[in-house]
Amino acid sequence: MAKEFWKKHENLYYAITNKKVIFGLTIFILVILLAIFGPMLTPYEYDEYAGAPYSPPSRQHLFGTNIMGQDVFTMTVYGLRTTLIVGLIAGTIATIIGCVVGFLAGYYGGSWFDEILMSLTNIFVVIPQLALLIILSAFLEVRGIMVMSIIVSATAWPWLARAVRAQTLSLRNQDYVNLSRISSLKVPRILREDIASNMFSYIFMSYILQFNGTMLATVQLEFLGLGPTKGISLGLVMQNAVNWNAIQLGMWWWGIIPGLILTVMITALYFVNTGLDAAFNPRLREM
Amino acid sequence: MSEQVQNVMSVRNLSKVFKSGVFKPKYTVAVQDVSFDIKPGTIISLIGESGSGKTTIGKLILKLIKPSSGKIYYKGKDIEEIRNKDELKEYYKKVQGIFQDPFATFNPLYRVDRIFDMIYDSFGYDKSNKEERIHQVLQDVNLVPERTLGKFPHQLSGGQLQRLLIARALLMDVDVLIADELISMLDASTRIGVLNLLVELTEKKGMSVIFITHDLNLGYYISDESLIMYKGRLVESGDTKKIYESPVHPYTKMLFNSVPEIGKRWDPEEEFLPEQVIKDVEEFYKENAGKGFAAAGENHYVLYSID
Repeated sequence: MAKEFWKKHENLYYAITNKKVIFGLTIFILVILLAIFGPMLTPYEYDEYAGAPYSPPSRQHLFGTNIMGQDVFTMTVYGLRTTLIVGLIAGTIATIIGCVVGFLAGYYGGSWFDEILMSLTNIFVVIPQLALLIILSAFLEVRGIMVMSIIVSATAWPWLARAVRAQTLSLRNQDYVNLSRISSLKVPRILREDIASNMFSYIFMSYILQFNGTMLATVQLEFLGLGPTKGISLGLVMQNAVNWNAIQLGMWWWGIIPGLILTVMITALYFVNTGLDAAFNPRLREM
Repeated sequence: MSEQVQNVMSVRNLSKVFKSGVFKPKYTVAVQDVSFDIKPGTIISLIGESGSGKTTIGKLILKLIKPSSGKIYYKGKDIEEIRNKDELKEYYKKVQGIFQDPFATFNPLYRVDRIFDMIYDSFGYDKSNKEERIHQVLQDVNLVPERTLGKFPHQLSGGQLQRLLIARALLMDVDVLIADELISMLDASTRIGVLNLLVELTEKKGMSVIFITHDLNLGYYISDESLIMYKGRLVESGDTKKIYESPVHPYTKMLFNSVPEIGKRWDPEEEFLPEQVIKDVEEFYKENAGKGFAAAGENHYVLYSID
Protein backbone atom coordinates (compact mmCIF):
# COMPACT_ATOMS: atom_id res chain seq x y z
CA MET A 1 0.00 0.00 0.00
CA ALA A 2 2.67 2.47 1.07
CA LYS A 3 4.89 1.24 -1.72
CA GLU A 4 2.21 1.91 -4.27
CA PHE A 5 1.70 5.42 -2.94
CA TRP A 6 5.39 6.24 -3.33
CA LYS A 7 5.49 4.76 -6.79
CA LYS A 8 2.71 7.10 -7.85
CA HIS A 9 4.22 10.13 -6.16
CA GLU A 10 7.86 9.42 -6.74
CA ASN A 11 8.69 13.11 -7.23
CA LEU A 12 7.54 13.70 -3.68
CA TYR A 13 9.61 10.73 -2.53
CA TYR A 14 12.74 12.09 -4.19
CA ALA A 15 11.99 15.56 -2.81
CA ILE A 16 11.65 14.55 0.83
CA THR A 17 14.61 12.20 0.75
CA ASN A 18 16.95 14.76 -0.77
CA LYS A 19 19.57 15.86 1.78
CA LYS A 20 19.60 19.48 0.68
CA VAL A 21 15.81 19.68 0.90
CA ILE A 22 15.79 18.08 4.36
CA PHE A 23 18.51 20.42 5.60
CA GLY A 24 16.96 23.58 4.14
CA LEU A 25 13.41 22.70 5.08
CA THR A 26 14.34 21.91 8.69
CA ILE A 27 15.95 25.30 9.18
CA PHE A 28 13.11 27.07 7.40
CA ILE A 29 10.49 25.33 9.53
CA LEU A 30 12.41 26.24 12.70
CA VAL A 31 12.39 29.90 11.66
CA ILE A 32 8.67 29.72 10.86
CA LEU A 33 7.99 28.12 14.25
CA LEU A 34 10.00 30.89 15.86
CA ALA A 35 7.83 33.47 14.10
CA ILE A 36 4.60 31.71 15.08
CA PHE A 37 5.32 30.70 18.66
CA GLY A 38 8.10 33.16 19.52
CA PRO A 39 5.74 35.85 20.84
CA MET A 40 4.31 33.29 23.30
CA LEU A 41 7.77 32.56 24.68
CA THR A 42 8.44 36.11 25.69
CA PRO A 43 6.76 37.92 28.58
CA TYR A 44 7.47 41.36 27.09
CA GLU A 45 5.89 43.55 24.45
CA TYR A 46 8.15 44.62 21.61
CA ASP A 47 7.88 48.34 22.41
CA GLU A 48 7.93 48.28 26.22
CA TYR A 49 10.79 48.85 28.62
CA ALA A 50 11.77 45.28 29.42
CA GLY A 51 14.90 45.49 31.51
CA ALA A 52 18.19 47.24 31.98
CA PRO A 53 19.28 48.88 28.72
CA TYR A 54 22.54 47.88 27.09
CA SER A 55 22.56 44.32 28.51
CA PRO A 56 24.10 41.50 26.43
CA PRO A 57 22.26 38.20 25.71
CA SER A 58 21.37 36.44 28.95
CA ARG A 59 18.78 34.00 30.26
CA GLN A 60 16.30 36.82 30.86
CA HIS A 61 16.93 38.53 27.54
CA LEU A 62 17.90 35.88 25.01
CA PHE A 63 19.12 38.39 22.40
CA GLY A 64 19.94 41.12 24.94
CA THR A 65 18.32 44.55 25.19
CA ASN A 66 18.85 47.71 23.22
CA ILE A 67 19.68 51.22 24.30
CA MET A 68 16.06 51.93 25.27
CA GLY A 69 15.83 48.75 27.34
CA GLN A 70 13.60 46.95 24.82
CA ASP A 71 13.99 43.19 24.47
CA VAL A 72 15.70 42.36 21.15
CA PHE A 73 14.32 38.79 21.07
CA THR A 74 10.76 40.08 21.32
CA MET A 75 11.38 42.67 18.62
CA THR A 76 12.98 40.04 16.36
CA VAL A 77 10.18 37.48 16.59
CA TYR A 78 7.46 40.10 16.03
CA GLY A 79 9.50 41.63 13.19
CA LEU A 80 10.02 38.21 11.65
CA ARG A 81 6.24 37.79 11.47
CA THR A 82 5.72 41.01 9.57
CA THR A 83 8.61 40.38 7.20
CA LEU A 84 7.51 36.81 6.48
CA ILE A 85 3.91 37.83 5.83
CA VAL A 86 4.89 40.70 3.51
CA GLY A 87 7.37 38.45 1.70
CA LEU A 88 4.83 35.65 1.36
CA ILE A 89 2.01 37.86 0.02
CA ALA A 90 4.32 39.79 -2.30
CA GLY A 91 5.99 36.60 -3.53
CA THR A 92 2.60 35.03 -4.23
CA ILE A 93 1.30 38.08 -6.09
CA ALA A 94 4.51 38.34 -8.13
CA THR A 95 4.42 34.63 -9.01
CA ILE A 96 0.76 34.74 -10.06
CA ILE A 97 1.20 37.86 -12.23
CA GLY A 98 4.41 36.48 -13.71
CA CYS A 99 2.83 33.12 -14.55
CA VAL A 100 -0.38 34.56 -16.01
CA VAL A 101 1.45 37.08 -18.19
CA GLY A 102 4.11 34.57 -19.20
CA PHE A 103 1.70 31.76 -19.97
CA LEU A 104 -0.64 33.94 -22.05
CA ALA A 105 2.21 35.61 -23.94
CA GLY A 106 3.83 32.25 -24.61
CA TYR A 107 0.62 30.56 -25.65
CA TYR A 108 -0.23 33.32 -28.12
CA GLY A 109 3.46 33.69 -29.02
CA GLY A 110 4.12 35.86 -32.05
CA SER A 111 0.77 37.65 -31.97
CA TRP A 112 -0.13 41.26 -31.15
CA PHE A 113 -1.25 40.15 -27.74
CA ASP A 114 2.16 38.68 -27.02
CA GLU A 115 3.87 41.81 -28.32
CA ILE A 116 1.83 44.09 -26.05
CA LEU A 117 2.35 41.95 -22.96
CA MET A 118 6.07 41.72 -23.57
CA SER A 119 6.42 45.48 -24.17
CA LEU A 120 4.74 46.05 -20.83
CA THR A 121 7.04 43.54 -19.18
CA ASN A 122 10.10 45.13 -20.74
CA ILE A 123 9.06 48.53 -19.41
CA PHE A 124 8.88 47.07 -15.91
CA VAL A 125 12.22 45.32 -16.33
CA VAL A 126 14.15 48.54 -17.03
CA ILE A 127 12.58 50.52 -14.18
CA PRO A 128 15.19 50.76 -11.41
CA GLN A 129 13.54 48.73 -8.69
CA LEU A 130 14.79 50.54 -5.61
CA ALA A 131 14.08 54.02 -7.00
CA LEU A 132 10.49 53.10 -7.85
CA LEU A 133 10.01 51.48 -4.48
CA ILE A 134 11.31 54.58 -2.68
CA ILE A 135 9.07 56.92 -4.70
CA LEU A 136 6.01 54.73 -4.27
CA SER A 137 6.62 54.27 -0.57
CA ALA A 138 7.28 57.95 0.01
CA PHE A 139 4.11 58.88 -1.86
CA LEU A 140 1.92 56.71 0.36
CA GLU A 141 1.92 58.19 3.82
CA VAL A 142 0.20 55.30 5.55
CA ARG A 143 1.58 51.91 4.63
CA GLY A 144 0.13 48.66 5.90
CA ILE A 145 1.26 45.10 5.20
CA MET A 146 -0.93 44.78 2.08
CA VAL A 147 0.28 48.04 0.54
CA MET A 148 3.87 47.02 1.23
CA SER A 149 3.31 43.68 -0.47
CA ILE A 150 1.84 45.26 -3.59
CA ILE A 151 4.68 47.78 -3.81
CA VAL A 152 7.29 45.04 -3.55
CA SER A 153 5.57 42.66 -5.96
CA ALA A 154 5.14 45.40 -8.60
CA THR A 155 8.79 45.11 -9.57
CA ALA A 156 9.31 41.43 -8.81
CA TRP A 157 7.17 39.78 -11.50
CA PRO A 158 8.73 40.76 -14.87
CA TRP A 159 11.68 38.34 -14.90
CA LEU A 160 9.37 35.46 -14.08
CA ALA A 161 6.93 36.49 -16.82
CA ARG A 162 9.73 36.48 -19.37
CA ALA A 163 11.07 33.15 -18.21
CA VAL A 164 7.63 31.49 -18.17
CA ARG A 165 6.86 32.87 -21.64
CA ALA A 166 10.09 31.47 -23.03
CA GLN A 167 9.38 28.09 -21.44
CA THR A 168 5.83 27.98 -22.76
CA LEU A 169 6.99 28.92 -26.24
CA SER A 170 9.52 26.15 -26.37
CA LEU A 171 7.23 23.56 -24.78
CA ARG A 172 4.36 24.39 -27.12
CA ASN A 173 6.43 23.28 -30.09
CA GLN A 174 7.89 20.15 -28.53
CA ASP A 175 7.35 16.95 -30.43
CA TYR A 176 5.88 15.26 -27.37
CA VAL A 177 3.13 17.86 -27.39
CA ASN A 178 2.59 16.98 -31.05
CA LEU A 179 2.53 13.29 -30.19
CA SER A 180 -0.10 13.91 -27.53
CA ARG A 181 -2.08 15.90 -30.08
CA ILE A 182 -2.04 13.12 -32.65
CA SER A 183 -2.91 10.70 -29.86
CA SER A 184 -6.12 12.76 -29.52
CA LEU A 185 -5.41 13.69 -25.93
CA LYS A 186 -7.79 16.29 -24.54
CA VAL A 187 -6.39 19.81 -24.41
CA PRO A 188 -6.57 20.16 -20.60
CA ARG A 189 -4.61 16.92 -20.26
CA ILE A 190 -1.95 18.14 -22.70
CA LEU A 191 -1.67 21.40 -20.80
CA ARG A 192 -1.44 19.56 -17.51
CA GLU A 193 0.82 16.66 -18.39
CA ASP A 194 2.96 18.05 -21.17
CA ILE A 195 3.20 21.77 -20.54
CA ALA A 196 2.41 22.57 -16.91
CA SER A 197 4.11 19.57 -15.36
CA ASN A 198 7.25 20.25 -17.32
CA MET A 199 7.11 23.74 -15.92
CA PHE A 200 5.80 22.93 -12.45
CA SER A 201 9.15 22.43 -10.80
CA TYR A 202 10.38 25.58 -12.45
CA ILE A 203 7.42 27.62 -11.22
CA PHE A 204 7.62 26.11 -7.76
CA MET A 205 11.28 26.96 -7.51
CA SER A 206 10.67 30.41 -8.92
CA TYR A 207 8.13 30.85 -6.18
CA ILE A 208 10.77 30.11 -3.58
CA LEU A 209 13.14 32.55 -5.26
CA GLN A 210 10.38 35.16 -5.46
CA PHE A 211 9.67 34.67 -1.77
CA ASN A 212 13.38 35.19 -1.04
CA GLY A 213 13.60 38.21 -3.32
CA THR A 214 10.51 39.93 -1.99
CA MET A 215 11.57 39.32 1.58
CA LEU A 216 14.95 40.93 0.90
CA ALA A 217 13.29 43.83 -0.92
CA THR A 218 10.95 44.31 2.02
CA VAL A 219 13.79 44.37 4.52
CA GLN A 220 15.67 46.74 2.25
CA LEU A 221 12.75 49.18 2.26
CA GLU A 222 12.23 48.83 5.99
CA PHE A 223 15.91 49.46 6.54
CA LEU A 224 15.59 52.71 4.62
CA GLY A 225 12.67 53.68 6.84
CA LEU A 226 10.08 53.01 4.15
CA GLY A 227 8.52 49.97 5.75
CA PRO A 228 5.06 49.67 7.33
CA THR A 229 4.27 52.83 9.22
CA LYS A 230 2.98 50.93 12.23
CA GLY A 231 4.48 48.02 14.13
CA ILE A 232 7.88 46.41 13.98
CA SER A 233 9.83 44.53 11.36
CA LEU A 234 13.26 42.96 10.92
CA GLY A 235 14.46 45.83 8.75
CA LEU A 236 13.25 48.38 11.28
CA VAL A 237 15.15 46.65 14.10
CA MET A 238 18.31 46.78 12.00
CA GLN A 239 17.68 50.40 11.00
CA ASN A 240 17.34 51.44 14.62
CA ALA A 241 20.50 49.54 15.49
CA VAL A 242 22.41 51.48 12.84
CA ASN A 243 20.84 54.79 13.80
CA TRP A 244 21.91 54.32 17.41
CA ASN A 245 25.43 53.25 16.42
CA ALA A 246 24.84 49.84 18.03
CA ILE A 247 27.95 48.20 16.59
CA GLN A 248 30.26 51.05 17.58
CA LEU A 249 28.81 50.99 21.08
CA GLY A 250 29.46 47.27 21.35
CA MET A 251 25.79 46.19 21.18
CA TRP A 252 26.41 43.69 18.32
CA TRP A 253 23.38 41.63 19.35
CA TRP A 254 20.98 44.43 18.43
CA GLY A 255 21.73 44.53 14.69
CA ILE A 256 23.62 41.32 13.92
CA ILE A 257 21.22 38.71 15.34
CA PRO A 258 18.13 39.81 13.33
CA GLY A 259 20.29 40.07 10.19
CA LEU A 260 21.76 36.64 10.83
CA ILE A 261 18.30 35.06 11.15
CA LEU A 262 17.26 36.57 7.83
CA THR A 263 20.45 35.35 6.15
CA VAL A 264 20.10 31.84 7.53
CA MET A 265 16.45 31.64 6.43
CA ILE A 266 17.19 32.79 2.88
CA THR A 267 20.17 30.44 2.60
CA ALA A 268 17.98 27.57 3.80
CA LEU A 269 15.44 28.35 1.08
CA TYR A 270 18.19 28.31 -1.55
CA PHE A 271 19.14 24.86 -0.32
CA VAL A 272 15.53 23.72 -0.71
CA ASN A 273 15.54 25.25 -4.18
CA THR A 274 18.61 23.42 -5.47
CA GLY A 275 17.54 20.19 -3.77
CA LEU A 276 14.12 20.29 -5.42
CA ASP A 277 15.73 20.89 -8.79
CA ALA A 278 17.45 17.52 -8.48
CA ALA A 279 14.28 15.86 -7.20
CA PHE A 280 11.99 17.10 -9.95
CA ASN A 281 14.34 16.47 -12.84
CA PRO A 282 14.81 12.74 -13.45
CA ARG A 283 18.00 13.49 -15.35
CA LEU A 284 19.66 14.92 -12.23
CA ARG A 285 18.67 11.99 -10.04
CA GLU A 286 21.29 9.51 -9.04
CA MET A 287 20.17 6.12 -10.21
CA MET B 1 -13.84 13.73 -57.38
CA SER B 2 -14.01 9.99 -58.00
CA GLU B 3 -10.26 10.02 -58.44
CA GLN B 4 -9.85 11.58 -55.02
CA VAL B 5 -12.00 8.95 -53.37
CA GLN B 6 -9.88 6.23 -54.86
CA ASN B 7 -6.76 7.75 -53.43
CA VAL B 8 -6.43 7.46 -49.70
CA MET B 9 -4.96 10.91 -49.59
CA SER B 10 -4.72 13.75 -52.07
CA VAL B 11 -2.75 16.92 -51.67
CA ARG B 12 -3.69 19.83 -53.92
CA ASN B 13 -1.68 23.04 -54.42
CA LEU B 14 -0.49 22.98 -50.83
CA SER B 15 1.51 25.99 -49.61
CA LYS B 16 2.79 27.02 -46.22
CA VAL B 17 4.37 30.35 -45.41
CA PHE B 18 5.74 30.94 -41.93
CA LYS B 19 5.56 34.44 -40.55
CA SER B 20 7.67 35.64 -37.67
CA GLY B 21 7.44 38.95 -35.85
CA VAL B 22 4.63 41.48 -35.83
CA PHE B 23 6.11 44.88 -36.58
CA LYS B 24 8.50 43.80 -39.32
CA PRO B 25 7.31 40.34 -40.25
CA LYS B 26 9.68 37.98 -41.98
CA TYR B 27 8.22 35.41 -44.31
CA THR B 28 9.66 31.97 -44.88
CA VAL B 29 8.17 29.91 -47.66
CA ALA B 30 8.37 26.30 -46.52
CA VAL B 31 6.09 24.59 -49.00
CA GLN B 32 4.93 26.00 -52.33
CA ASP B 33 2.22 24.66 -54.59
CA VAL B 34 2.69 20.95 -53.91
CA SER B 35 0.24 18.36 -55.25
CA PHE B 36 0.37 14.58 -55.07
CA ASP B 37 -1.78 11.50 -54.44
CA ILE B 38 -1.32 8.51 -52.23
CA LYS B 39 -2.85 5.23 -53.28
CA PRO B 40 -3.81 2.65 -50.67
CA GLY B 41 -1.07 0.18 -49.81
CA THR B 42 1.80 2.11 -51.32
CA ILE B 43 4.96 3.57 -49.92
CA ILE B 44 5.75 7.00 -51.20
CA SER B 45 9.02 8.66 -50.34
CA LEU B 46 9.47 12.36 -49.92
CA ILE B 47 13.09 13.16 -50.70
CA GLY B 48 14.91 16.43 -50.34
CA GLU B 49 17.63 18.32 -48.52
CA SER B 50 17.23 19.89 -45.08
CA GLY B 51 14.85 22.81 -45.22
CA SER B 52 13.19 21.67 -48.43
CA GLY B 53 9.79 21.43 -46.70
CA LYS B 54 9.50 17.66 -46.20
CA THR B 55 8.74 17.77 -42.49
CA THR B 56 6.32 20.66 -42.99
CA ILE B 57 4.25 18.59 -45.40
CA GLY B 58 4.11 15.83 -42.80
CA LYS B 59 2.93 18.26 -40.13
CA LEU B 60 0.33 19.73 -42.47
CA ILE B 61 -1.12 16.30 -43.15
CA LEU B 62 -1.18 15.57 -39.42
CA LYS B 63 -3.08 18.83 -38.88
CA LEU B 64 -0.42 20.10 -36.50
CA ILE B 65 -0.10 23.32 -38.50
CA LYS B 66 -2.54 25.01 -40.85
CA PRO B 67 -1.82 25.39 -44.56
CA SER B 68 -1.52 28.91 -45.98
CA SER B 69 -3.37 27.74 -49.07
CA GLY B 70 -4.28 24.53 -50.82
CA LYS B 71 -6.22 21.49 -49.72
CA ILE B 72 -5.55 18.06 -48.31
CA TYR B 73 -8.20 15.38 -48.87
CA TYR B 74 -8.39 12.19 -46.84
CA LYS B 75 -10.61 9.69 -48.65
CA GLY B 76 -12.19 12.57 -50.53
CA LYS B 77 -12.85 14.65 -47.47
CA ASP B 78 -11.19 18.02 -46.97
CA ILE B 79 -9.30 17.66 -43.69
CA GLU B 80 -9.68 21.35 -42.93
CA GLU B 81 -13.35 20.64 -42.33
CA ILE B 82 -12.48 18.25 -39.51
CA ARG B 83 -12.95 20.48 -36.49
CA ASN B 84 -15.21 18.44 -34.28
CA LYS B 85 -13.43 16.51 -31.52
CA ASP B 86 -14.87 13.12 -32.44
CA GLU B 87 -14.14 13.54 -36.12
CA LEU B 88 -10.58 14.53 -35.30
CA LYS B 89 -10.25 11.42 -33.16
CA GLU B 90 -11.44 9.27 -36.04
CA TYR B 91 -8.93 10.99 -38.30
CA TYR B 92 -6.03 10.38 -35.95
CA LYS B 93 -7.13 6.79 -35.50
CA LYS B 94 -6.36 6.31 -39.19
CA VAL B 95 -3.62 8.87 -39.91
CA GLN B 96 -0.57 8.73 -37.71
CA GLY B 97 2.97 10.00 -37.66
CA ILE B 98 6.40 9.28 -36.28
CA PHE B 99 8.50 12.36 -35.69
CA GLN B 100 12.07 13.03 -36.56
CA ASP B 101 13.69 13.32 -33.15
CA PRO B 102 12.86 10.39 -30.86
CA PHE B 103 14.33 12.13 -27.80
CA ALA B 104 11.99 15.10 -28.24
CA THR B 105 8.96 12.91 -28.86
CA PHE B 106 8.89 11.56 -25.32
CA ASN B 107 7.80 13.70 -22.41
CA PRO B 108 10.86 13.39 -20.13
CA LEU B 109 8.75 13.31 -16.96
CA TYR B 110 6.87 10.15 -17.84
CA ARG B 111 7.84 6.55 -18.38
CA VAL B 112 7.90 5.41 -22.00
CA ASP B 113 4.76 3.30 -21.49
CA ARG B 114 2.81 6.54 -21.64
CA ILE B 115 2.79 6.51 -25.46
CA PHE B 116 0.79 3.26 -25.35
CA ASP B 117 -1.42 4.38 -22.47
CA MET B 118 -2.37 7.52 -24.37
CA ILE B 119 -3.70 5.70 -27.40
CA TYR B 120 -5.52 3.17 -25.24
CA ASP B 121 -7.11 6.01 -23.28
CA SER B 122 -8.24 8.07 -26.24
CA PHE B 123 -9.06 5.56 -28.95
CA GLY B 124 -10.91 3.09 -26.78
CA TYR B 125 -9.05 -0.08 -27.72
CA ASP B 126 -9.86 -3.28 -25.92
CA LYS B 127 -7.78 -3.22 -22.74
CA SER B 128 -8.14 -6.89 -21.85
CA ASN B 129 -5.21 -7.96 -24.02
CA LYS B 130 -3.31 -4.69 -23.80
CA GLU B 131 -0.13 -6.09 -22.28
CA GLU B 132 -0.05 -9.00 -24.68
CA ARG B 133 -0.41 -6.79 -27.73
CA ILE B 134 2.20 -4.33 -26.55
CA HIS B 135 4.66 -7.18 -25.96
CA GLN B 136 3.90 -8.51 -29.42
CA VAL B 137 4.55 -5.21 -31.24
CA LEU B 138 7.69 -4.63 -29.20
CA GLN B 139 9.00 -7.99 -30.27
CA ASP B 140 8.11 -7.12 -33.86
CA VAL B 141 10.50 -4.20 -33.72
CA ASN B 142 13.20 -6.21 -31.99
CA LEU B 143 12.79 -4.78 -28.51
CA VAL B 144 12.84 -6.74 -25.27
CA PRO B 145 9.67 -5.66 -23.41
CA GLU B 146 11.15 -6.27 -19.96
CA ARG B 147 14.10 -4.03 -20.74
CA THR B 148 12.16 -1.15 -22.26
CA LEU B 149 8.80 -0.85 -20.54
CA GLY B 150 8.83 1.08 -17.27
CA LYS B 151 11.93 3.04 -18.20
CA PHE B 152 12.30 6.78 -18.51
CA PRO B 153 13.14 8.13 -21.98
CA HIS B 154 16.63 9.24 -20.92
CA GLN B 155 17.45 5.67 -19.91
CA LEU B 156 16.97 4.38 -23.46
CA SER B 157 18.92 5.00 -26.64
CA GLY B 158 17.67 6.95 -29.63
CA GLY B 159 17.25 3.75 -31.61
CA GLN B 160 15.20 2.11 -28.86
CA LEU B 161 12.95 5.16 -28.57
CA GLN B 162 12.46 5.25 -32.31
CA ARG B 163 11.48 1.59 -32.32
CA LEU B 164 9.02 2.25 -29.50
CA LEU B 165 7.37 4.85 -31.71
CA ILE B 166 7.24 2.41 -34.59
CA ALA B 167 5.68 -0.13 -32.24
CA ARG B 168 3.08 2.45 -31.27
CA ALA B 169 2.18 2.97 -34.92
CA LEU B 170 2.01 -0.81 -35.45
CA LEU B 171 -0.35 -1.17 -32.53
CA MET B 172 -2.77 1.18 -34.24
CA ASP B 173 -4.31 -0.08 -37.40
CA VAL B 174 -3.68 3.01 -39.54
CA ASP B 175 -4.39 3.92 -43.17
CA VAL B 176 -1.64 6.48 -43.55
CA LEU B 177 1.61 6.60 -41.64
CA ILE B 178 3.88 9.60 -41.93
CA ALA B 179 7.37 8.41 -41.13
CA ASP B 180 9.74 11.35 -40.74
CA GLU B 181 13.35 10.15 -40.96
CA LEU B 182 12.00 6.95 -39.51
CA ILE B 183 15.09 4.84 -39.16
CA SER B 184 17.72 7.55 -38.93
CA MET B 185 18.79 6.41 -35.47
CA LEU B 186 18.78 2.68 -36.08
CA ASP B 187 21.86 0.64 -36.79
CA ALA B 188 22.23 -0.99 -40.17
CA SER B 189 21.12 -4.45 -39.05
CA THR B 190 17.88 -3.32 -37.45
CA ARG B 191 17.12 -0.97 -40.32
CA ILE B 192 16.45 -3.65 -42.87
CA GLY B 193 14.24 -5.50 -40.40
CA VAL B 194 12.09 -2.43 -39.76
CA LEU B 195 11.92 -1.56 -43.45
CA ASN B 196 10.83 -5.06 -44.35
CA LEU B 197 8.24 -4.90 -41.61
CA LEU B 198 6.85 -1.70 -43.12
CA VAL B 199 6.67 -3.22 -46.58
CA GLU B 200 4.96 -6.30 -45.16
CA LEU B 201 2.37 -4.14 -43.40
CA THR B 202 1.56 -2.15 -46.50
CA GLU B 203 1.07 -5.37 -48.44
CA LYS B 204 -0.95 -7.16 -45.76
CA LYS B 205 -3.07 -4.40 -44.31
CA GLY B 206 -3.13 -1.91 -47.15
CA MET B 207 -1.44 0.78 -45.07
CA SER B 208 0.11 3.69 -46.98
CA VAL B 209 3.36 5.21 -45.83
CA ILE B 210 4.79 8.64 -46.54
CA PHE B 211 8.44 8.01 -46.04
CA ILE B 212 10.23 11.30 -45.46
CA THR B 213 13.95 10.92 -45.95
CA HIS B 214 17.12 12.48 -47.27
CA ASP B 215 18.63 9.09 -47.94
CA LEU B 216 18.24 8.20 -51.60
CA ASN B 217 19.19 4.57 -51.13
CA LEU B 218 16.43 4.08 -48.59
CA GLY B 219 13.97 5.79 -50.90
CA TYR B 220 14.80 3.40 -53.68
CA TYR B 221 14.79 0.35 -51.45
CA ILE B 222 11.37 0.92 -50.02
CA SER B 223 9.16 3.16 -52.09
CA ASP B 224 6.81 2.64 -55.01
CA GLU B 225 6.68 6.31 -55.81
CA SER B 226 9.03 9.17 -55.10
CA LEU B 227 8.61 12.87 -54.67
CA ILE B 228 11.70 15.05 -54.96
CA MET B 229 11.48 18.35 -53.11
CA TYR B 230 13.68 21.37 -53.71
CA LYS B 231 13.23 24.67 -51.89
CA GLY B 232 9.63 23.95 -50.94
CA ARG B 233 8.60 22.87 -54.43
CA LEU B 234 7.94 19.45 -55.82
CA VAL B 235 10.39 19.23 -58.72
CA GLU B 236 9.97 15.65 -59.83
CA SER B 237 7.49 12.95 -58.96
CA GLY B 238 6.28 9.58 -60.09
CA ASP B 239 7.41 6.00 -60.31
CA THR B 240 10.55 5.48 -58.22
CA LYS B 241 12.32 3.37 -60.85
CA LYS B 242 11.73 5.90 -63.59
CA ILE B 243 12.98 8.80 -61.54
CA TYR B 244 16.07 6.95 -60.37
CA GLU B 245 16.90 5.65 -63.81
CA SER B 246 16.24 8.73 -65.85
CA PRO B 247 16.07 11.88 -63.77
CA VAL B 248 15.08 15.00 -65.72
CA HIS B 249 15.25 17.91 -63.34
CA PRO B 250 18.79 19.26 -62.78
CA TYR B 251 18.38 19.15 -59.01
CA THR B 252 17.41 15.49 -59.08
CA LYS B 253 20.39 14.75 -61.30
CA MET B 254 22.72 16.51 -58.88
CA LEU B 255 21.16 14.60 -56.00
CA PHE B 256 21.89 11.24 -57.59
CA ASN B 257 25.42 12.27 -58.51
CA SER B 258 26.23 13.24 -54.95
CA VAL B 259 25.45 9.89 -53.35
CA PRO B 260 28.64 8.28 -52.11
CA GLU B 261 28.93 4.76 -53.38
CA ILE B 262 30.26 1.83 -51.44
CA GLY B 263 33.72 0.98 -52.71
CA LYS B 264 34.40 4.46 -54.03
CA ARG B 265 36.75 6.88 -52.24
CA TRP B 266 36.39 10.62 -52.47
CA ASP B 267 38.00 12.26 -55.46
CA PRO B 268 39.89 15.53 -54.89
CA GLU B 269 39.40 16.44 -58.56
CA GLU B 270 35.65 16.41 -58.25
CA GLU B 271 34.18 19.69 -57.13
CA PHE B 272 30.78 20.36 -55.68
CA LEU B 273 29.42 23.84 -56.14
CA PRO B 274 26.04 24.61 -54.62
CA GLU B 275 25.88 27.77 -56.76
CA GLN B 276 26.16 25.62 -59.85
CA VAL B 277 22.95 23.79 -58.93
CA ILE B 278 21.05 27.04 -58.48
CA LYS B 279 22.32 28.25 -61.87
CA ASP B 280 21.48 24.97 -63.57
CA VAL B 281 17.97 25.00 -62.14
CA GLU B 282 17.41 28.62 -63.25
CA GLU B 283 18.62 27.83 -66.74
CA PHE B 284 16.44 24.73 -66.88
CA TYR B 285 13.38 26.78 -65.96
CA LYS B 286 14.25 29.42 -68.59
CA GLU B 287 14.73 26.87 -71.35
CA ASN B 288 11.41 25.22 -70.65
CA ALA B 289 9.44 28.40 -69.94
CA GLY B 290 5.68 27.94 -70.10
CA LYS B 291 5.70 24.18 -69.63
CA GLY B 292 4.98 24.18 -65.90
CA PHE B 293 4.56 20.88 -64.07
CA ALA B 294 4.18 18.38 -66.86
CA ALA B 295 4.54 14.72 -67.67
CA ALA B 296 7.91 13.44 -68.83
CA GLY B 297 6.63 9.94 -69.35
CA GLU B 298 4.03 7.62 -67.96
CA ASN B 299 3.65 8.28 -64.22
CA HIS B 300 6.65 10.60 -64.23
CA TYR B 301 6.18 14.33 -63.74
CA VAL B 302 8.72 17.12 -63.75
CA LEU B 303 8.57 20.75 -62.80
CA TYR B 304 9.83 22.30 -66.04
CA SER B 305 9.29 25.91 -65.15
CA ILE B 306 7.85 28.21 -62.51
CA ASP B 307 5.63 30.84 -64.07
